[in-house]
Amino acid sequence: MTDSNIGFDLGRILGILGDVPVQAALAPDATPTFVVGREHLSKVFELLRYEAGFETATFVTGVDHHPATPRFEVCWQFLSLAFNERVRLSTRIEADDAVVPTSTHLWPGNAFSERECYDMFGIRFEGHEDLRRLLMPEEYGHHPLRKDFPHHGIEPDRLYREWDARRRAEPADAN
Amino acid sequence: MTTTRTFEYGSAPDVQDDPLHGETMELNMGPQHPATHGVLRLVVELDGEVMKSVDPVVGYLHRGKEKTCESLGWAKFFPHTDRLDYVQPLMNNVAYAMALEKLAGLELPERAEVIRVLLMEVSRIAAHLIYLGTTAIDLGAISMFFASFKEREKIYSILDAYTGHRMNNTYVRIGGVYSDVEGNVERMLREFLEQFPAQIDEYETMLTGNRIWYDRNRNVGIIGTDEALAWSLSGPNLRASGCEWDLRKTQPYCGYDEYDFEVPVGTVGDCYDRYLVRIEEMRQSTHIALQALDRLQETRGQDVLIEDRRYVLPPKGKVHTSMEELIYQFKIVTDLRLPAGQTYSGIESSKGELGFFVVSDGTSSPVRCHIRAPGLMNVQAIPLLAQGRLLSDMVALIGSLDFVMGEVDR
Repeated sequence: MTDSNIGFDLGRILGILGDVPVQAALAPDATPTFVVGREHLSKVFELLRYEAGFETATFVTGVDHHPATPRFEVCWQFLSLAFNERVRLSTRIEADDAVVPTSTHLWPGNAFSERECYDMFGIRFEGHEDLRRLLMPEEYGHHPLRKDFPHHGIEPDRLYREWDARRRAEPADAN
Repeated sequence: MTTTRTFEYGSAPDVQDDPLHGETMELNMGPQHPATHGVLRLVVELDGEVMKSVDPVVGYLHRGKEKTCESLGWAKFFPHTDRLDYVQPLMNNVAYAMALEKLAGLELPERAEVIRVLLMEVSRIAAHLIYLGTTAIDLGAISMFFASFKEREKIYSILDAYTGHRMNNTYVRIGGVYSDVEGNVERMLREFLEQFPAQIDEYETMLTGNRIWYDRNRNVGIIGTDEALAWSLSGPNLRASGCEWDLRKTQPYCGYDEYDFEVPVGTVGDCYDRYLVRIEEMRQSTHIALQALDRLQETRGQDVLIEDRRYVLPPKGKVHTSMEELIYQFKIVTDLRLPAGQTYSGIESSKGELGFFVVSDGTSSPVRCHIRAPGLMNVQAIPLLAQGRLLSDMVALIGSLDFVMGEVDR
């Protein structure tokens, strides 16, 4: 593909990551991808931010590999303007222990992305200051991007019916 | 009985004397406020007229686009990408197509890339015109709105002549674009692009030196380069903060490295700089589009769509006459498969870096299609820029950050 001269200096980042055990690969888009264990994520975030110069975060998102185990994959992508490089991190976690450390203290711009990921997959980001749902209503109760969630939704009008019932139960407001 | 209070000239009354001092008010802006440019709700905590904190509430336009991609399959998702940032549908089409092409490892014919560049730059102009018109009308300049929408209407007429739709064009396919640009469309485009710089000058006469416009925008919502990067801002908002970063220059796609254009950069990072950057971007886009038109002349006769029957539908005429092509058509519509793997592809859209992160397992149903929406990051920056400013600055801020809720909520 002619449209990409994205740098892919696996060696530079591997040198910085040092003795952190990672599994490195080049994705089809020539982005260096590191599969990292969850326990090393915080360390890797810090190294990428302060040592490798990844100033800005591109996205955080989840991937549901249901019914495979571990079920969830969480992907982070960062961009370094100084080196004109991208890097992607990926970690696999089990559904009953879907917690990963937050990266918002290093990249505050990830706050909404992490909220969205929590909203859509139910993956919790430990240390996130304000982990509310982002797109769905607060009391929604499901995680729509999970593979076992049907596309047409579960009880699509439940929230409306509950609100309507509450409204009818209340005495009429004098105003 | 009246009490008389005297103040020395130039000193404000002591806020401690104010009986309402210290009490804050919670104000809901939206989700139907016209100045929020869509269904954005802002919960603003006000102390008098000063904004103490802002909580943007998004999701009112959430239609589950990413989930829809998983159930529809790769090719049928194209019309849905139009509805993300609905003021620049063709740009979204290209961003999505590029991610799939990267995954499939496809090379495009030169003419297809030239047409894509042309469509993207025209879309960028249309999107910036919407920014300009709506932001100006929010700040009281009503005639500016009509002036910019007049030009935008011309672009939509050209796109209508080319694609058959004014909006939601869906004209990009995996492996190129649906059809070639005809002579009359070329003529209309050249006519439009040649008169457009004079229009931009006219906008500048109306706004750039305008006292009200200047006062409402200058030094409002300042964000520096480092902060803008940490908060994941991109596109014109990042460039207005003084960071020269444009994916068209730094990570060229669609052959952008062969075009001559400049990247405008701001110095202060306020609403006024963001306005100036977008004005200059329209000029540069015109320049690029005119170069692309010249290239159309040079590449006349080339294909605009690759002939790869794994991904590209055969022409309708052949489907009706050839058994083999009919089978290909059936295979592609029902069972389009991409190689397994993860791919991200980002382009410089009018709002910032628009990217698609696609995960395929080699079957016809996508595992994941994440849309990296620049608008979401722009909304995220509102509290940061609004804190401590007057409520009336919020309107300028929302306009200048430039987001479209279709893309923010997906």
